[in-house]
Amino acid sequence: MTHVKSHEINYTKLLSHLVLVVVTLMTLYPVIWVLKMAFTPVQGFSTSLNPFPANPSLENFSYLFNDTPFVRWGINSLVIAAATTLVGIFLSCTAAYAFSRFRFPGRKGMLLGFLVTQMFPGVMMMIPLYLLISALGLLDSLFGLILVYSTTSLPFSTWMLKGYFDTIPQDLEESAVMDGATRGMIFWKIIIPLARPAIAVVALFSFMSAWNEFILAATFMNQETMYTLPVGLKMMVGQYSTEWGHFSAASLLVSIPIVALFFYLQQHLVSGLMAGGVKG
Amino acid sequence: MAELSLQGIAKRFGDVEVVTDFNLSVEAGEFIVLVGPSGCGKSTTLRMIAGLEEITRGELRMGERVVNNVPPKDRDVAMVFQSYALYPHMSVYENMAFGLRLRKLPQDEIDRRVQEAAEILGLVPYLERKPKALSGGQRQRVAMGRAIVRKPRYFLFDEPLSNLDAKLRGQMRTEIARLHRKLGATSIYVTHDQIEAMTLADRIVVMKDGVVQQIGGPIELYRRPANRFVAGFIGSPAMNFLEGVVEDGMVRGRGFTFPLAAIHAGPVRPGEKVLLGFRPEAVRVDGSGAGTLTGDVEVREPLGAEVHAYLSIGGQQVVGRFSPDHELREGQSIAFTVDPAACHLFDPETELAIRDNR
Repeated sequence: MTHVKSHEINYTKLLSHLVLVVVTLMTLYPVIWVLKMAFTPVQGFSTSLNPFPANPSLENFSYLFNDTPFVRWGINSLVIAAATTLVGIFLSCTAAYAFSRFRFPGRKGMLLGFLVTQMFPGVMMMIPLYLLISALGLLDSLFGLILVYSTTSLPFSTWMLKGYFDTIPQDLEESAVMDGATRGMIFWKIIIPLARPAIAVVALFSFMSAWNEFILAATFMNQETMYTLPVGLKMMVGQYSTEWGHFSAASLLVSIPIVALFFYLQQHLVSGLMAGGVKG
Repeated sequence: MAELSLQGIAKRFGDVEVVTDFNLSVEAGEFIVLVGPSGCGKSTTLRMIAGLEEITRGELRMGERVVNNVPPKDRDVAMVFQSYALYPHMSVYENMAFGLRLRKLPQDEIDRRVQEAAEILGLVPYLERKPKALSGGQRQRVAMGRAIVRKPRYFLFDEPLSNLDAKLRGQMRTEIARLHRKLGATSIYVTHDQIEAMTLADRIVVMKDGVVQQIGGPIELYRRPANRFVAGFIGSPAMNFLEGVVEDGMVRGRGFTFPLAAIHAGPVRPGEKVLLGFRPEAVRVDGSGAGTLTGDVEVREPLGAEVHAYLSIGGQQVVGRFSPDHELREGQSIAFTVDPAACHLFDPETELAIRDNR
């Protein structure tokens, strides 16, 4: 009996593994293809199905580092994305806390207003934002983009964090009040540490949207040295030909910080942080 | 000078007055229990003392100082919450040290106090653990420890035992009593459990619908309830009430005639409607005492040490506590006696106790 049963399990397992392997290959194949092109010193688009480079070389990478302002763009992108994340988190945490805990005139209207702004496509804001940024003299400035990015991601972040703050029991705060804590201390020492998972998600979202954003960056940044990575990458896609080798190598490099950030933030994406605090 | 005094305290949420004209004067070291059904305003009163809730009307004094507008941290009050409200991201040690750190106590003093509280509460092996790695009882102890380390002038307890199972609740109840004797701090304790109230309190405040019904020692409340609500709330099973009319020194109702005791005969008027109240434990089957009642046994609940029998007297249900030696069968009609002097009379309209002071 047990013999037959173990056979059955093996077949089921085999089948499910087979499906998983096939799907994984299908998912990974394009990525491997990008890898192949990045390590092939040819700029044409290879149509061969073979996912491995014939003559692997680092030529594309050395071109990026030595013959283009790629490093400069990387620094621009990093500064903008990091600053956007920090400013965005600070603003959304404080705003979300107020929305979650205080009842003030206009609270509902403001929360609704935040939602409404999310219903318009971002491109619609391009012209008004351009006019604003131009009037402030912030074209071709990292600060201008930081300002725009951190405020555009604010509604989502605030809603997301407000939802999380709402789940943190009021008792914890009252207990801290009895312990002698001020609102500020409660916010920094109780609420923020407990909201780590939500803050990690918001951080990842802010960072990624700033890191990947193209249209606004392309509109506001005219000097080549002020480009961000997405705008810089676009330079490699010409009207008549595309430098596939350089483009692939750059794409790989661009994805590294996101992957790194994701792995770093993963440790904060834990459930049950609030366990044991209150009962009943 | 009272240690804590509440004068005409009231609390209003919108149009609803949840606490009305609360007056209480607490002596230093006294253990006061506020008791009542849920929604009676006892927790709101406690939260006003804590400073978590604004006082709509009246005056709250701590010693000589009026503290209506003093923030909680300056009231020298520590509070144990029903939900424990432990900081989930901090260890047991940090949970207890938090309030001391905020008061900028030196580190060695914090260490000493936390250690001391942990020893009193048996928490020494758990100091490094997070709350989620503790059992319910241990969490409850941490919540108490957090209050103890502060060495406050006043302890406030908001139904601290209601989340524990029955056995643990009993244990913690004696522990709280022991702690109170040891620390001697003035304590205000809120509960809906009359057993906690009876066992812990120096004085009990019975509340209903935001209004204080009676204030007194546990035995006083048990023996001389001021009204029908207090009579029914204190004691378990609850006091029995039979509707009747006073005639010729007797209370007559459907299915019974019961003699009035001398203490009641004075204040009642012939022809007056009354509620005759007697406790389940006042019921005797041995025939001693003067008043005899007859009822049909409807349900019997054997509890081991005693039997609770639910009896029907002319359609009105009463409960009696009997010895398990006494054989009772469901459907059986039995005669039992109640000492008329151990009975209470209430006015069915006002529900107030009818006594010779009327």
